[in-house]
Amino acid sequence: MKRAGVLPGFGLTLGFTLLYLGLIVVIPLATLFTGTASFSLGDLQAALLSPRVLAAFRLSFAASLVAALVTAVFGFLLAWVLVRYRFPGRSAVDALVDLPFALPTAVGGIALTALWSDNGWLGQLAATAGIKVAFTPLGVVVALVFIGFPFVVRMVQPVLQDLDPAIEEAASSLGADRLQTFSRVILPQAAPAIVSGSVLAFARALGEYGTVVFISGNMPLRTETVPFLILARLEQYDYAGATAVAVLMLLLAASLLLAVNALQGRGAAAGGAHR
Amino acid sequence: MRLLLTGAALSFVALFIVLPLGTIFAGALAKGAGVFWAAVRDPETLFSVRLTILVTVSVVAANLVFGLAAAWCITRFRFPGRRLLSSLIELPLSISPVVAGLVFILLLGDAGVFGRFLSAHGIKVIFALPGIILATLFVTLPYVARELIPLMEAGGSQEEQAALTLGARGWQIFRRVTLPNISWGLLYGVVLASARALGEFGAVSVVSGHVRGETTTMPLQVEILYNEYHFAAAFAVASLLSLLALLTVGIKKWLQRRAGGGRAGGGFTEGMAT
Repeated sequence: MKRAGVLPGFGLTLGFTLLYLGLIVVIPLATLFTGTASFSLGDLQAALLSPRVLAAFRLSFAASLVAALVTAVFGFLLAWVLVRYRFPGRSAVDALVDLPFALPTAVGGIALTALWSDNGWLGQLAATAGIKVAFTPLGVVVALVFIGFPFVVRMVQPVLQDLDPAIEEAASSLGADRLQTFSRVILPQAAPAIVSGSVLAFARALGEYGTVVFISGNMPLRTETVPFLILARLEQYDYAGATAVAVLMLLLAASLLLAVNALQGRGAAAGGAHR
Repeated sequence: MRLLLTGAALSFVALFIVLPLGTIFAGALAKGAGVFWAAVRDPETLFSVRLTILVTVSVVAANLVFGLAAAWCITRFRFPGRRLLSSLIELPLSISPVVAGLVFILLLGDAGVFGRFLSAHGIKVIFALPGIILATLFVTLPYVARELIPLMEAGGSQEEQAALTLGARGWQIFRRVTLPNISWGLLYGVVLASARALGEFGAVSVVSGHVRGETTTMPLQVEILYNEYHFAAAFAVASLLSLLALLTVGIKKWLQRRAGGGRAGGGFTEGMAT
């Protein structure tokens, strides 16, 4: 091992870092995979191909996808307003965007449930329109939007701040109207950040527990997401089944993220070629 | 256009932040201040407060030491596998809290890899305090390190090299040169880690077993009260946690302003493993 610097402490800090990381993260996670390695194909089929499992995966992916799309739109809108406009309370709103991250998920969960249940402030309104939010898949989406939109805001904000106003001025002096300037000049530059932000929101949404637990009502086949399926199996001491579902979820999420990263890498490369 | 967009954005904030917050405080005071105080001073609630403080302090202290060590070796030396090490540190951010709890049950639970050994020696980890601490360590491990690594990378090591040539010893260099340079970033990482540690619910819920008066942290206490239909009490405890969250958000804003406000947002999200 080559040491580029002459500063002391390399062996000590690296050794401690590796030991700590190994004990807290690597060994525990490895257990997940050594556990599944001993499964036969039949075990896996039994663990993963029941209607309940399929329904949970369908709901988790669909709700996370819808939530990611909603957060992409409103996260961008919020970032835009915060960067471009000045209004009273802007600084407070900017700080409050982080609240879903700072608030314990259980607290966010019971707040949203109380808000959207039939006698809650917004649940009453929705009920008059014939829409039920709490204890339906829609409630799951609401919870996932809550926990996801700050990712998009925080990814997009710095990009919008760094936009060169000269390019927009050039576009408008060349005859572009405001919509054209927005769609041809601003959006292409902000798009990678919007995508990264909503991918983060999606990844977080897939595994989310605390915010969803109260508002989903947790009904198998209807509002049960994958994390709850894992928990349900744990509660029945079905460790192998819980592990199989957890590994499948990790693999699906990882491959999805890799695919998006690869797509983005290609997009960035193509964008670079134009310049 | 401007008014329309601002209105739409603020309505979204009202819908997803202001109203949920309002619900918590309204719910906490729905049955009057008397019920609120009774709920807050209930022995089980006080126990959960003490347990949460104990877990948060010990976990954040351990992850603080880890973050310093990791940042030191990653930013001050070049070695093969450096990038891999950085991404391993971020890994817990992209793992579901339920899975984080599950892995410790698989490893240390009664039916787990080390389960027989632990129970033969009468050591209880899962459904007990050590399990809660382990799960929280896992979940909050990245927070301090990922604040320090970019900060120390950007700062470079010239000042430390200079101190070294002037005859300072390792510990002196760290205390007199490195620490003053990274103190705000360090504080920021500690704030983020504490917020996550005291609010962690999913992972802790899996390993705690909800043993009343033994393993119920504040978020679990909120859940128990809520599920038993003690809504006013649940929201009373939740309102304490919400005040802490508001404080966290305020400190974050303040620290960012101190740091020059160059990096809008960030912190919670930037560089999260994808």
